[in-house]
Amino acid sequence: MTWKQVFTSSVGQKLTMGLSGIFLILFLIVHAGLNACIWAMDGGVMFNRAAHFMGDNVVPRVLEIGLFVFILLHIIQGLMLEASNRSKRGTPYAVSYGNRGSKWYSRSMGLLGTIILLFLVVHMVHFWIPSRFTGVAETTLPNGVEVHDLFSLMMATFQENIGVVILYVIGCISLAYHLAHGFQSAFRTMGVHNKRYVAMLKAIGYGFSVIVPLAFAMMPISMYFGWVK
Amino acid sequence: MEHYNMNLTLKVWRQENSDKKGKFETYKVNGISSEMSFLEMFDVLNEQLIHEGKDAIAFDHDCREGICGACSMYINGKPHGPWELNTTCQLHMRAFKDGDTIVVEPWRAKAFPVIKDLVTDRSSFDRIIQSGGYISVNTGNAVDANSLPIKKDHADAAFAAAACIGCGACVAACKNSSAMLFVSAKVSHLALLPQGEPEKESRVLNMIAQMDKEGFGGCTNTGACEATCPKGISLSNIARLNKEYTLASLISE
Amino acid sequence: MLDSKIPAGKLEEKWTDYKGHCKLVNPANKRKLEVIIIGTGLAGASAAAALGEMGYKVKTFCFQDSPRRAHSIAAQGGINAAKNYQNDGDSVFRLFYDTIKGGDYRAREANVHRLAEVSAAIIDQCVAQGVPFAREYGGLLSNRSFGGTQVQRTFYAAGQTGQQLLIGAYQALERQVALGTVTQYSRHEMLEVVTIDGVARGIIARDLVTGKLERHFGHAVLLCSGGYGNVFYLSTNAMGSNVTAAWKAHKKGAHFANPCYTQIHPTCIPVSGDYQSKLTLMSESLRNDGRIWVPKKQNDTRKAADIPEDERDYYLERRYPAFGNLVPRDVASRAAKERCDAGYGVGTSKQAVYLDFADAIIRYGKIECGKLGIDPTPQIVREHGLAVVKEKYGNLFDMYDKITGENPYETPMRIYPAVHYTMGGVWVDYELMTAVPGMYALGEANFSDHGANRLGASALMQGLADGYFVIPYTIGNYLADEIYKKAESTDHPAFAAAEKEVADRLNTLMNIKGKQTVESLHKRLGKIMWEKCGMGRTAEGLKEAIEEIRALKKEFWSDVKIPGTINEYNPELDKAGRVADFIELGELMCIDALNRNESCGGHFREESQTEDGEALRDDANYMYVAAWKYKGEHDWELCKEELKYEVIKPSQRNYK
Repeated sequence: MTWKQVFTSSVGQKLTMGLSGIFLILFLIVHAGLNACIWAMDGGVMFNRAAHFMGDNVVPRVLEIGLFVFILLHIIQGLMLEASNRSKRGTPYAVSYGNRGSKWYSRSMGLLGTIILLFLVVHMVHFWIPSRFTGVAETTLPNGVEVHDLFSLMMATFQENIGVVILYVIGCISLAYHLAHGFQSAFRTMGVHNKRYVAMLKAIGYGFSVIVPLAFAMMPISMYFGWVK
Repeated sequence: MEHYNMNLTLKVWRQENSDKKGKFETYKVNGISSEMSFLEMFDVLNEQLIHEGKDAIAFDHDCREGICGACSMYINGKPHGPWELNTTCQLHMRAFKDGDTIVVEPWRAKAFPVIKDLVTDRSSFDRIIQSGGYISVNTGNAVDANSLPIKKDHADAAFAAAACIGCGACVAACKNSSAMLFVSAKVSHLALLPQGEPEKESRVLNMIAQMDKEGFGGCTNTGACEATCPKGISLSNIARLNKEYTLASLISE
Repeated sequence: MLDSKIPAGKLEEKWTDYKGHCKLVNPANKRKLEVIIIGTGLAGASAAAALGEMGYKVKTFCFQDSPRRAHSIAAQGGINAAKNYQNDGDSVFRLFYDTIKGGDYRAREANVHRLAEVSAAIIDQCVAQGVPFAREYGGLLSNRSFGGTQVQRTFYAAGQTGQQLLIGAYQALERQVALGTVTQYSRHEMLEVVTIDGVARGIIARDLVTGKLERHFGHAVLLCSGGYGNVFYLSTNAMGSNVTAAWKAHKKGAHFANPCYTQIHPTCIPVSGDYQSKLTLMSESLRNDGRIWVPKKQNDTRKAADIPEDERDYYLERRYPAFGNLVPRDVASRAAKERCDAGYGVGTSKQAVYLDFADAIIRYGKIECGKLGIDPTPQIVREHGLAVVKEKYGNLFDMYDKITGENPYETPMRIYPAVHYTMGGVWVDYELMTAVPGMYALGEANFSDHGANRLGASALMQGLADGYFVIPYTIGNYLADEIYKKAESTDHPAFAAAEKEVADRLNTLMNIKGKQTVESLHKRLGKIMWEKCGMGRTAEGLKEAIEEIRALKKEFWSDVKIPGTINEYNPELDKAGRVADFIELGELMCIDALNRNESCGGHFREESQTEDGEALRDDANYMYVAAWKYKGEHDWELCKEELKYEVIKPSQRNYK
């Protein structure tokens, strides 16, 4: 069996989705943890320092490349699977099985993923592109190091426009539902079938899919309402 | 249980053969007893149609006791109709009430082309089994049946997976028209038994390759298959298949 | 007299001797020999797999959409084998003896002994294939007891033994398909046998999807097409189960043996109305734990729960203290009919008796409480008892609930006998060959092993024995001489003639364009058969039935209405052909039943019974197999095969 056969089979493609999904879940933890520094109430010093560490250190930069590879893999593979799976029915049903057999968000991973993708584009335009390419105003940390003042950029982005905040909240809700299915599904795809572990992973998955997107959603909200100083 | 009679409106998919386009036809049936089975109600309708000089509705059925897996109607949006853990032939009319409209469609999947009306071609399932759903043991080769003890919970789990009747409701229910529950039931049944051990890897790889070739979709773990399965085949079989597949694909040469 | 070709020698050495001396076909020649198998149930699928493994070129035919759907799949209870794993005194001889006795001394000793001999190998083979039989905690196989025996020799897989065994055989068959030794034709129906110079040389089959007729050559043709219980319209058989293949073979020269031997199974769900299309069996294994009773008062309209213990008549335990609820099927069925006819039946139709699990629930509950060391209050005992009963019979109870809408854990089940199995069938010799050389019959399609009554869990055993372990030897003995003959071209005039015959018949059927549906005519046939050739038969009734069936045949061929056309998927046309054959068979069954003026096993002639209503055999006059040779319409010649009992001494069966 060739590697191509492995990764083009229906199970192999799912494996790609599951593995990249789990990597992205790990990324979300790091991202959420780092961004939570905005609530240090120190005018963004801790946040900017953390962001600087991530941008300046070689390890996160290498991981960042991996992250992009996985995001692209997850997107491309996901869209391909969605298109392929949709083509298998032929004549559609007149009456749909609908929510009697499965959760709406389990059946809507393609749609939810696409919303997240659109959100991601906007999000990158807001922060990642300025930070990497077009430039961000500098600020000096208490220890004298010059860093990008991403904190001020965030404040500016979220305080000016309620539309942006709403867009971010929609992105986070989509992420929540995407995770509600994706978290446990990824582990099933990896072959976890033991009932105890499945139950545990399901519980963790639901918890994760509420807590992490909620933390993200609270960032623009708390900046908009001026809860962050 | 109170018995009652009812009048019903049926919207049934009619399609002359695989080349022709199909459409819904509406029929009225009166005086249907709540004690009839769903297929007996179709018998009544067919008798009515024949007397009117029309062609009877073709549908697959045989044992009418929920075990052969032939019957396959998609009733009001659910394979095998509203009852849980049930086949079309075991659905009884007390599931409906007077005046109801019932929509009946065939299994819909490109891998199950319509032969006529509600009858589909499920020979793709046979070909999946041919690709590896067996233990290669020639007749007369076997050792004494009790020479190999099998843990009861493994034997029970293998039996639970082997209870699959190959009706294809899982495919019909799945938004991707995936046959993963069917394939995983066979893979699990044989992987859980020591007799199935020697061919474990080639079996799962070949069966998935054949499933893909037949034009079934991929699994996205929505669970619709498990919810509709008349024999309660568990979704955990799919996870087991995933594990078997991953291991097999890593170690195969 | 027919020659059954039973090998000489001591009974227990016959099969071993036969295997040691039969002719063999060398592997290179096997590839050139073609075998056609009709039907893919246990007998057909196992034969196809076994012959494919040996290297023969096999073609299988089934009318279902997949071989896996053959009606063997519906067998619930189990499969017997003389393994003596329970150390309760079982042996090959005892299984042989029980089967002969259960069959009321109307089976061939040599065949039955061979069946008992190979029974153990079947279990080995099935386990090796991955059949998930029930197991004990130690990992070894579990057994249960079944009607008509006093040992535990039945292997089972919950209530789905037939399914698991068939899937095992089906998988073995599909493996051969993948290896290219077997070609599988699904949704195909055999409609004629082709004989050349009196030897079976192939078949005409119809592709049920396109309606096209096909010619297939074979050096041998194996009929594995099951029984003919659907002649009664209502039976536990599948809707498609039919006699057509066997009947075509019969009309081409194969004798039909003991057609009147039909088994009425005691535990089925009663008929609920005229629309009823089939009957559902509740496994005989339920009689292990359930107790059968009716009220002591006639026409008692109280609910089961309101009838106190001392007003219940556990009639099987009363009449047959030694076997109680585990008497053989024919005895249990007749006893139920006797009670209902006498006015003690229950339910709205009064054609039912109770099968009650209340005692079993309490008994198991107490055992569980004892094991767990719990204080056995009635509530807790019941809870634990319910759990045990649920584990053992859950799927059957659920099925009952679905069909009747009643909860069998709360109220006793209503049951009534229904047609289940046909012991009669195509006459075969020891090698399973019919009267037509090159044509064989296996499994329920033949007549050979169950005499006048089949014991529970023996049908699966026989189907697999014939397919896995008998035919691979006996067919070689015939085909060894066939290697000198070249495969006939299907352009041979005999094929053309057979195909024309089939085409003409189909055209005739389609052109009747009458007023009555196939279903309604089948129902009428069933009613005649059930009333006059059912559980109780009289000379007078049978004579009437013969006249009525002849009239029905005329009506069928002048007034049947079939929609659609020939060259399309047309289930009504398929059904019409089958019903036409059932009508002819029905007549022969009545003729056979009329001829056999004795009661034996499933055949109960009311003229022949003891004072207390038990079946009375007449060994002096009827110790023979009645094999009927087809001569022409309404015309059969009776050929007798004498039954010689060399080892067992026939006695009047006694289960008291």
